[in-house]
Amino acid sequence: MTTIESDTHAEGESAVESVTVRINNNDVSVARGATILDACTASGIDTPTICYAENLTPVNVCRVCVVEVTGNRTLVPSCSRLAEAGMEIQTDSDRVRHSRKMVLEFLGSSVDLSQAPEINQYSVRYEADVTRYVDDREVIEEPIRIQDELYIRDYDKCVLCYKCVEACGDDAQHTFAIAVAGRGFDNRVSTEFDVVLPDSACVYCGNCVAVCPTNALQFKSEFDLRRSESWREEEQTVTTTVCSYCGVGCNLELHVQDNEIVKVTSPVDHSVTHGNLCIKGRFGYQYVGN
Amino acid sequence: MADLKLSVDTSTDAERAVVDAVIAPADHAVVYETERVVRGGTERRRERRHLLLPGLHALQAEAGWISPGGLNYLCGALQVPPAEGFGVATFYELFRTTDPAHGQSVHHVCMDTSCHIAGAEALARSLEAEGERVHRGPCIGQCERAPAQFIQGRAEPDRVPADAASIADPTSYRLPQHGSSKLRLLHRVGVVDPTSLQSYHDHGGYAMLRYAIEIGSDAVIDEVKSAELLGRGGAAFPTAVKWRAVADERGRPKHVIANADESEPGTFKDRIVMENDPFALIESLTIAGLTVGADNGWIYIRGEYPLATTRLRNAIEQCRIAGLLGDNVMDSGARFDIELRRGAGAYICGEETALMESIEGYRGEPRNKPPFPTTYGLFGEPTAVNNPETLLNVLDLLEVGGDHYRTLGSERSSGHRLFCLSGHVRVPGLYEVPFGIALGDLIDLAGGSTGMTRAVLLGGAAGVFVGPDQLDLELSLEAVRDAGATLGSGVITLFDDTVDFTALVLRIAEFFKNESCGQCVPCRVGVTRQHEVLVEMAANGALSDERNTLIDDMATVMRDASICGLGHTASGAVQSAIRLGLVGDRP
Repeated sequence: MTTIESDTHAEGESAVESVTVRINNNDVSVARGATILDACTASGIDTPTICYAENLTPVNVCRVCVVEVTGNRTLVPSCSRLAEAGMEIQTDSDRVRHSRKMVLEFLGSSVDLSQAPEINQYSVRYEADVTRYVDDREVIEEPIRIQDELYIRDYDKCVLCYKCVEACGDDAQHTFAIAVAGRGFDNRVSTEFDVVLPDSACVYCGNCVAVCPTNALQFKSEFDLRRSESWREEEQTVTTTVCSYCGVGCNLELHVQDNEIVKVTSPVDHSVTHGNLCIKGRFGYQYVGN
Repeated sequence: MADLKLSVDTSTDAERAVVDAVIAPADHAVVYETERVVRGGTERRRERRHLLLPGLHALQAEAGWISPGGLNYLCGALQVPPAEGFGVATFYELFRTTDPAHGQSVHHVCMDTSCHIAGAEALARSLEAEGERVHRGPCIGQCERAPAQFIQGRAEPDRVPADAASIADPTSYRLPQHGSSKLRLLHRVGVVDPTSLQSYHDHGGYAMLRYAIEIGSDAVIDEVKSAELLGRGGAAFPTAVKWRAVADERGRPKHVIANADESEPGTFKDRIVMENDPFALIESLTIAGLTVGADNGWIYIRGEYPLATTRLRNAIEQCRIAGLLGDNVMDSGARFDIELRRGAGAYICGEETALMESIEGYRGEPRNKPPFPTTYGLFGEPTAVNNPETLLNVLDLLEVGGDHYRTLGSERSSGHRLFCLSGHVRVPGLYEVPFGIALGDLIDLAGGSTGMTRAVLLGGAAGVFVGPDQLDLELSLEAVRDAGATLGSGVITLFDDTVDFTALVLRIAEFFKNESCGQCVPCRVGVTRQHEVLVEMAANGALSDERNTLIDDMATVMRDASICGLGHTASGAVQSAIRLGLVGDRP
């Protein structure tokens, strides 16, 4: 039995109530308010996720984390469904494996996942085969939007996980510069009337870039290096420091290649930032080399 | 959010005027009274967001599209981020976000099932030849008079040409069963004057509201419970359970919603009731509201129903004047009023949680359940969503008593059911029969088929095809379920052996491809890939084993892992057509 604490409870609350669920025939107890995904993680089960992020509200749209819960007609998204006492959960049944495989095939058949190593690992695990779809199929084809020197948008890679929309919206930045527009397969993340970013409400915090799982959103620095085939992630070092611009105390992770800062991130589990930064911390590092 | 960033595009006087008619300048989410005094804030913004959809309707009707300047003005008035406003505007079929560059009305021609086989394409072409603007689109709920069109007006109100007779003479509508003494739900259709509250009173109207107030909420729910009334929208959920759950919620504002967004291809039942007996929906929704203790009633009607919208709007007005809606409904001391909301062309908004998102001013994307609407519904408050036909049945069961009502129908399905017959049937139209009638007998009631029936589509695009060997199928929820089919919203579409089923099934697949909201991966990509496999099949004339497996694999993930019913049912018709050998002759 493993126990984890749920972050939905107020800090300092004593005697957290727990619920016990049965996952793949093993009992596991989690705090009330924990999700099935939390319970799976507590049991050491590696659950694939794409649209889930620990610093964002679950939108449960990718459906790759689905599990089978006895008594439910359909599979349920583990990222958002709360664990209830007595739930019987299967995470590796034929039904679950089939749905996960199909979701991965569907994404692989629609968008460019070449810079999404995590998703590609899942595709191998679930034996996703994108070659079996109609050759002449609809795929996402959008011009790369390079509208400033800070970040680019390459929607050929977009899996519509809504993470950037959430980060731009009420999960982090409250800027609301982008939203999902269109309907069905034509859905695209967009500014109003697709106006260029500098004309939109964007404040260049880069928090959308930080949460993108497929590199559809990329720092311009990374994009340029990749384009000149000199992006070498394996050679990069990461230095953690504290942002010097103001007194908030945001942790910065400086990704350095050839003695140049190529990207700035912040740890998702950092109590101050939860992974988020502002334009200064994210992009204002040029002075370091001066 | 006073720092809302808008583009430099400016609105026209006309655009501002129509938005101001939806929300007056003094009521905007932020009002600058002087340089220093500003009214507004999060609360005001939240309270006004639901005016986004009506505002978009107003802009579209005025300018023929949602222009950047118009959207700016509306978003400024409501303090909605323009990116979100754009996301909502691009979600709906009836809104354009590019300049049409013409001032003409647009003819929406239905291309689905019944219209598909009744010459929809020919109608579209002849309209184009006459110089009209044509948009080929999904079912618009006039299947009994296929091929159908709806005209989205520019400088004229939206209209349906076939409504002209009813507009000229409101009691002229004739059901195939007109005058039958067996009608319990439709007995006023074509008899009562749908524009007159007095006429509704003269035909027994508002007796059941009086009775419901007299016996009280618990007794009404008990009657609904003993009647074993099941929802008629397609899911067949017990109405009493839903009402009890909402009634038991205390201390929060509550809502009842009539889901009149009927968009399932082949369905037109609610339209006929709302056009010809609108007060019945108002009365029954009022009973629902008083019973569950909700102050707020909503009717969400699909955007392609201009006559029903006019009649309901008129009916609501008359009821307010007569004290049947408002602060003291029928002197009961209870407050209840109804807001009418027009959809804007989105099949998915018939899904109850998508409908609520749509009313709230967001994209019509279904929510994950649980939580269910009875606890977390419209604006996050307890909500009972009912189909208009379900509500109509409440009037009937209160009149005869739940116990007697239970004796009507079949063993497990009580009461009368409305069926929408169209396609290759002699007298297409709306029929009311007790649950349990055989499919063949119902078709006979409609004059029989016009040809050699090859297949019957039960439940619409989200339903399944059954073969002519199923004519003795009992039309009850239990028997149809056992047969692996569905009644859905009561759609029965006949197809004879002259039909090109490949083209028909391709169109059904196209319908889902166009109507998926695109939120979840299984449905967004699944309906697209399914359509592509069928396009390939139409070209090859056959379906290989690999392709058949792929169709089944896609159907399984859509059924297992989609968020809502659209994805769950998007391959039922396709798979049943293959099973019946209607399409895809295996090589």
